[in-house]
Amino acid sequence: MSEHEYTPKSKVGKWFNDRLPLLTLANHLTDYPTPKNLNYWWTFGGILTFCLITQIVTGLVLAMHYIAHADLAFASVEHIMRDVNYGWLIRYIHANGASMFFLAVYIHIFRSLFYGSYKSPREIIWIIGIIIYLLMMAAAFLGYVLPWGQMSFWGATVITNLFSAIPLVGEGVVTWLWGGYSVDNPTLTRFFTLHYLIPFLILGLVVLHIWALHVPGNNNPIGIDIKKPSKDTVPFHPYIVIKDGFALLMFMIVFAFFVFYTPNILGHADNYIEANPLVTPAHIVPEWYLLPFYAILRSVPDKLLGVIAMLSAILILAALPWLDTSRIRSAVFRPLYKQFYWILVADVLILGYVGAMPAEGLYLLIARIATAYYFLHFLIVLPVLGFRERTIPVPLSITEPILGGSPNLAAVKKRDNLKIQ
Amino acid sequence: MTEKKPERRDFLFTATYAVGAVGVGAVVWPMIDQMNPDASVKALASTEVDVSSVTPGKTITVLWRGKPVFIRRRTKDEITEAKSVSLKDLKHPEKDEDRAKNPEWLVMLGVCTHLGCVPLDQKGDYNGWFCPCHGSHYDISGRIRKGPAPTNMEIPEYKFVDANTIKIG
Repeated sequence: MSEHEYTPKSKVGKWFNDRLPLLTLANHLTDYPTPKNLNYWWTFGGILTFCLITQIVTGLVLAMHYIAHADLAFASVEHIMRDVNYGWLIRYIHANGASMFFLAVYIHIFRSLFYGSYKSPREIIWIIGIIIYLLMMAAAFLGYVLPWGQMSFWGATVITNLFSAIPLVGEGVVTWLWGGYSVDNPTLTRFFTLHYLIPFLILGLVVLHIWALHVPGNNNPIGIDIKKPSKDTVPFHPYIVIKDGFALLMFMIVFAFFVFYTPNILGHADNYIEANPLVTPAHIVPEWYLLPFYAILRSVPDKLLGVIAMLSAILILAALPWLDTSRIRSAVFRPLYKQFYWILVADVLILGYVGAMPAEGLYLLIARIATAYYFLHFLIVLPVLGFRERTIPVPLSITEPILGGSPNLAAVKKRDNLKIQ
Repeated sequence: MTEKKPERRDFLFTATYAVGAVGVGAVVWPMIDQMNPDASVKALASTEVDVSSVTPGKTITVLWRGKPVFIRRRTKDEITEAKSVSLKDLKHPEKDEDRAKNPEWLVMLGVCTHLGCVPLDQKGDYNGWFCPCHGSHYDISGRIRKGPAPTNMEIPEYKFVDANTIKIG
């Protein structure tokens, strides 16, 4: 944690800091040496923190007006929309905030995939991140149930029924989750409780995520280890704070666009119909951010295997630091990986698209191919690529490619010659 | 490593862990079991339905334990069709006689065995039910014929209380 010793200037500060070193922590956070070549893809960590706080604050306020009861929930949401002062605004921020949260987290994850941020020594940061992502999906699902519309009810029915695929105890587990023989009031009240709990679990994990980040320090676009502090770093404050702040403003423009101009475009009209256990909507579609996994679930014809495939698609990410055998972090120096990276991005987008389409005919075929490729990428392409790929020599420091006249230039040239032979 | 003889302290550790585990279990179980169906949910275990208005070829849907139950009065053609299916063609082989004690009346849970959606009446490739969620096709006996659902739609416990009343549950 400590790059250098810190002593508060004032006497009171010193007295307090000796007893609880909060000022040392604050000093660490402001002085934290950050690679000076971080690009705007690195601003999404800060944006995600903003998203989490937004969801917690708006959620807290919504909970003051929402009633978690099967007979009253739907009406209480309409009450928030029509009667509560600024209720419409708060609810639209919360609902679209979930989508913005996922938009930011997907950019954050794919940034990590491109620049190899999950590799040694940052595996723990990555795995904590995957756990946060799983909890985000749980929170989003639980929250979507609370308005008690048709999509809420049937989404809850379909997702809880995934557990019935477990051999032997499946049915018992589903009844236990429901607290009855179908999704009903007991289900709603417990979903509300858990939806309230999870953001705070995420908050705790975010602290660990940042703590784990501050041990090795940030990865950077060229993916090399750097000495900290050195000429290759700048203090977090004011440099990164201002940059993150600017990126956050840009992000908030997009956020505000959805909230004020198309607040319902990311939702589903059927959720404005109150839950009816006798009628299933014609097309049950999850929220857009879950569609790729939904496509994987549906592409497998067997119930249990479909569920296993869907869970594996997420959990395989946790094994990524060991599946990717290349020691070069950044895709900038991995010409082949860079191409496979973009194929993976396209593959996930295709899965998302077919996940929103009916599971039949050509869509089903495309979903199956895309699912197969998704696993192929992680299980075959990445491990093999690490051994086979000819990477481009990495610079020895961040300044070297720009300034050229690095004291190590001779060493680089020597190494390059060795590679060519 | 040399073999260490168990001593008094080892016994105390093991005994403490064992008692501790029982204690933790005794506290955890109520926390888990409180989520299971409570007494008021269990109390609503049966429903009586008047079916006098159901004419042949018509299906009514009633709510039982929060789930839809289809009650279909089948036509003669439908009964013939249901009985003519070879068990070899079935993913989950069940005779129609075992599913509909009185062949005119098919009483079953209107819940798709894939992920729990309500299938649509008189739709699909087999003249029975079709689940719009993930495309499972059921025949006129409610048996799965095509799609991801693993089993036939479930038959609940029911009996005719009199000629016009069915008691489900």
